[in-house]
Amino acid sequence: MAVKLPIYMDNHATTPVDPRVVDAMLPYFHEKFGNSASRNHAFGWAAEEAVENARAQIARLINATPKEIIFTSGATESNNLAIKGAAEMYREKGNHIITQVTEHKAVLDTCKRLEKYGYEVTYLPVTKDGRIDLDDLRRAITPKTIVISIMYANNEIGVIQPVEEIGKIAKEKGVFFHSDAVQAVGKIPVDVQKDGIDLLALTAHKLYGPKGCGALYVRRRNPRVQLASIIDGGGHERGMRSGTLNVPGIVGFGKAAELCQTEMPTESKRLSALRDRLKDGIFANLDEVYINGSMIHRLPHNLNVSFAFVEGESLLMGINDVAVSSGSACTSATLEPSYVLKALGVGEDLAHTSIRFGLGRFNTQEEVDYVTGRVVEVVSRLRELSPLYEMAKEGMDLSKMNWKTA
Amino acid sequence: MAYSDKVVEHYNHPRNVGSLPKEDPNVGTGLVGAPECGDVMKLQMRINPDTQVIEEAKFKTFGCGSAIASSSLATEWVKGKTVEEALSIKNTDIVRELSLPPVKIHCSVLAEDAIKAAIGDWKKKHGSEVSEAETARAHD
Repeated sequence: MAVKLPIYMDNHATTPVDPRVVDAMLPYFHEKFGNSASRNHAFGWAAEEAVENARAQIARLINATPKEIIFTSGATESNNLAIKGAAEMYREKGNHIITQVTEHKAVLDTCKRLEKYGYEVTYLPVTKDGRIDLDDLRRAITPKTIVISIMYANNEIGVIQPVEEIGKIAKEKGVFFHSDAVQAVGKIPVDVQKDGIDLLALTAHKLYGPKGCGALYVRRRNPRVQLASIIDGGGHERGMRSGTLNVPGIVGFGKAAELCQTEMPTESKRLSALRDRLKDGIFANLDEVYINGSMIHRLPHNLNVSFAFVEGESLLMGINDVAVSSGSACTSATLEPSYVLKALGVGEDLAHTSIRFGLGRFNTQEEVDYVTGRVVEVVSRLRELSPLYEMAKEGMDLSKMNWKTA
Repeated sequence: MAYSDKVVEHYNHPRNVGSLPKEDPNVGTGLVGAPECGDVMKLQMRINPDTQVIEEAKFKTFGCGSAIASSSLATEWVKGKTVEEALSIKNTDIVRELSLPPVKIHCSVLAEDAIKAAIGDWKKKHGSEVSEAETARAHD
């Protein structure tokens, strides 16, 4: 069967909206367009009912209660609200925050902002497999620590952090545990009770829902977490996030969460089989390829590979009918290679050659086979062009060369 | 970011890919850039010592599409030129020919460096004076 091109395999960036989600959303644009905060007419009631239904669907997916779900514009806002909101609310307790180096910028830059305001932030390192060392975490906690912010799973390498253990340590020490879980929710079981999570950021567009719609889980008991709002106004969402709710988006978010919950057992198995097929196909046909991050503690749909001696952007250019992303500097706005790979101890030379594959609900085995073939073909061609591959094959140790750097 | 048609053309059909024997006294080799920076170019030329004409040029490049295109174009341009003519090729000529955007200008600089380094290597083999720009080689 011929595959339809181009193929989308960048599902860590965003996912297409599931058609069933679109169907659920449609009535809320024109027919049931009310403001869920309108308390005195049927339009408002219909919207409110839809929002509360979605809140329950999302809560069920992470084993929370509906009242613990606060809607936002997306996970960036949720992360900002969690960290800044807790930092401000608990300023009297302390001024210390613990996070780690491979967090998303929404967390790292939020922490950097707080440093300017007098907060102290510990950035835990990660080991070669991409996970934090729990002893490092224990040692970092002080009586002034307010919140530990450690992501559930990484957006580049898909590595899953030891969340349950972190939750236990946080509870023991009486520190809140916030987790940016955008890549994990809907893909693997996330249970805020079992994992001991107090604050958790999630977003619709990573789980086949619409963009512009996120949520923050805020624990209400054992312990109750209070947050200072960062957006002031009409006092929506229990005063934590003012602003008229994006009702169609929220309806879609809820439907998407429900579908993820129903389909997760079969979907995650299917995707991890496809991911392994992709990995095996690449490794069977190419030498000098390296997996970045743990293969054991990893999202089922992620593969991050360095193709030594082939620069990432040139590889993307060659497989231009396949949408994936690269940790190469040339593909980033900053002209720096991936800070995540750097934190794992991946050399900059290999970071420049990394490709992230993010499989999703709508990828097929035919697509995986096509992508494997294209990657093998283009990497082989570019290695013929690569002076580094030639030198390595001649037995030269590239790391010992005296490179003239500009 | 979209690539210019000429960059795509060179990327899909790179000219003069390959290697020349670097021990050959008439071959000059320029190796510039660094793997950590994401760009390494190797440019080699076979130069006739009597006529000073570049009779053959080959390249291999590790780098983005613009780096590959810049070095491919450089081999095309130097072929048939004398050493003096080749040394007058400026990175801005490459930028203009390939319509490189500002973030890719370093690729053209690297190509100019590679030309100078290859000629410098050849001159060294022939015992002639080598300017500073022409010693930009990482081979030693």
